[in-house]
Amino acid sequence: MTDAAIPTAASLRQTVEARLKKRHAQEMRFRLYGRMAIIVALCFLALLLGRIVTQGYSTFVDYRIAVPVYLDPARIDKADPTGANYDMLVAQSILTKLGEQDDDLGEKSGKVMEIMSNDLGFQLLKMVREDPSLIGKTITVTGPVKSDAALYFKGQIKRSTPQDSRKLDDQQLDWMDKLKASGAVTSGFNVSFLTNSDSTEPEQAGVLGAIVGSAMMLLVTAVLAVPIGVLAATYLEEFAPKNRWTDIIEVNINNLAAVPSIVYGLLGLAVFINWLAVPRSSPLLGGLVLALMALPTIIIATRSALKAVPPSIREAALGVGASRTQTVFHHVLPLAMPGVMTGAILSLAHALGETAPLLMIGMISFVPGVPEGFTGAATVLPVQVFIWENASERGFHERTAAAIIVLLVFMIIMNLAAILVRRRFERRW
Amino acid sequence: MPSQRDDSIAHDTVAPVHIAVDRAHASQPAGPIKIRARDVNVFYGDKQALFDVSLDVPENSVTALIGPSGCGKSTFLRSINRMNDTIPGCKVTGRIELDGEDVNDRSIDPVVLRARVGMVFQKPNPFPKTIFENVAYGPRIHGIATGKAELEEIVERSLKRAGLWAEVADRLHQPGTGLSGGQQQRLVIARAIAVSPEVILMDEPCSALDPIATARIEELIDELRNQYCIVIVTHSMAQAARVSQKTAFFHLGKLVEAGPTGEIFTNPRDSRTQDYITGRFG
Repeated sequence: MTDAAIPTAASLRQTVEARLKKRHAQEMRFRLYGRMAIIVALCFLALLLGRIVTQGYSTFVDYRIAVPVYLDPARIDKADPTGANYDMLVAQSILTKLGEQDDDLGEKSGKVMEIMSNDLGFQLLKMVREDPSLIGKTITVTGPVKSDAALYFKGQIKRSTPQDSRKLDDQQLDWMDKLKASGAVTSGFNVSFLTNSDSTEPEQAGVLGAIVGSAMMLLVTAVLAVPIGVLAATYLEEFAPKNRWTDIIEVNINNLAAVPSIVYGLLGLAVFINWLAVPRSSPLLGGLVLALMALPTIIIATRSALKAVPPSIREAALGVGASRTQTVFHHVLPLAMPGVMTGAILSLAHALGETAPLLMIGMISFVPGVPEGFTGAATVLPVQVFIWENASERGFHERTAAAIIVLLVFMIIMNLAAILVRRRFERRW
Repeated sequence: MPSQRDDSIAHDTVAPVHIAVDRAHASQPAGPIKIRARDVNVFYGDKQALFDVSLDVPENSVTALIGPSGCGKSTFLRSINRMNDTIPGCKVTGRIELDGEDVNDRSIDPVVLRARVGMVFQKPNPFPKTIFENVAYGPRIHGIATGKAELEEIVERSLKRAGLWAEVADRLHQPGTGLSGGQQQRLVIARAIAVSPEVILMDEPCSALDPIATARIEELIDELRNQYCIVIVTHSMAQAARVSQKTAFFHLGKLVEAGPTGEIFTNPRDSRTQDYITGRFG
């Protein structure tokens, strides 16, 4: 470099200052982009959550009808109480309450049955079967109104719609107004949505079966995937020699984490159902498939948590004469635990929301109760959402959104747990 | 691992100089030989980090290993208790004898060896557990203490010997990581002492400490000398001169010169030693 090319202090300063404006502008631009990206993401999140909540919140309010029914001995055979038409009894009692007389063809009572749930009839049947001495007495039954009726109360079926393009006619709407005004129909928190399982009637369908199914399936997944994953990762990271074979294994584990989940469903179908004859549609089967799916993620999370433990701890333990196993299990793994647990919980949360592989292994079936053990038929929350979304009744649509809310609540709880575990154990450093 | 860094670059440029081993032994400090190293070569993969190092370490004294970064002094230190075993691709040849037994012999279990040869590292590395647990860990895994009372006694004795007891006696069950750097290093020394080792290896034990904490550790090293054979790697020439009775100067993976500390510092035989201790390079 010649002397002429060396800038003087003053000119150097000028050059730097001229560029300075540009540099600041660049920084401002970058910050702006960042903020915009976050705002867009938040908007989408708000839109998504807002839509789900506005669609689903109405499920948590239900309308129940209370009606006194005279158990007429003339119509209920004491010897065979199950043979009587309890729906008709309830319908006619409601008509009486409305001050109407049923016609000979039973047209009016038929119309009443369209606004009351058949749950009322079932309740009567159950009571009479348990205690036949009730026959001849008047007892009050309380049960949900039909989901279409509830939609009218919630304002989703409007009187302004022409009569022939809505499910309920004017007379039924009049009756319902009257029942509501008389206090026979009351509204409240929909407990049955959380205590009932799936049903063909939207007003009786709930998520309990799906919640229990999900919990059982997740338990199977956790019991299998977490210990196997953590131990496999520990072996690979701390004990296995670093050679071509372990490299190949590592690459393959990373690849497995990226395999589409439906492929795991196919694998489950081929291996667990066709070969090992695990009962289909059971929490055990779902748990096995999801455990396969969660394994690579848990292994990767555990390995990176183990890598993050400073080598000085290993040296310290080895230095006082701890064996390799003692070093790992007394010091390294406990220190990696927050990372391991976070990874495990997040991959279990992921498994909780998984639907595709479960469809492959036949979990998409109508299961009207809580699963009977790990090999019984079960459904799980995301699949329940899928099933209800495909249903034709309007009442199931709001339940779809409500089930999504329940699923999201569980997800949030699991993610919070992951954060808490991390915070709780990180203090030790 | 500092020793891995720049050895290979340097080998090609510097002609190998053979130091007569006997010359180093000629003026040995008194005391029986505890560790006898002969023709030790260490390789990290294809890279050779130590070349034919032969050194005698006397009992009940402090031997300092000095030399510029990457000269192989830490590598040599870690060969003595086979800490190099944990590094993939590391190979050690030659003999390192501890009381006449080859430490690399198949009959020697590294776990037992490391109980006999304790180690203190550059950065204080207490376990993220309580002070008590830190010291009790070694005795516990080796089954040294038979009961809780004996374990407590060992912990107290070790902490006292490490000069830390007075400062931590009332907070034994608080985390060891909460101590100051100098205290942590003394805790680590107590942890090493707790398994009653014969040799204590120290890899730049004061490089992360302030001068006051350093002085405290040096004092401690001087006290411990009566009971243990101590080998210390240090970058501070002054420290080597203060604490050691014997000094070995390493350069580019070779042992250039070893002898009584006084001689090395006042009358080195090799010009490289002379240059290094007078600060002309390194």
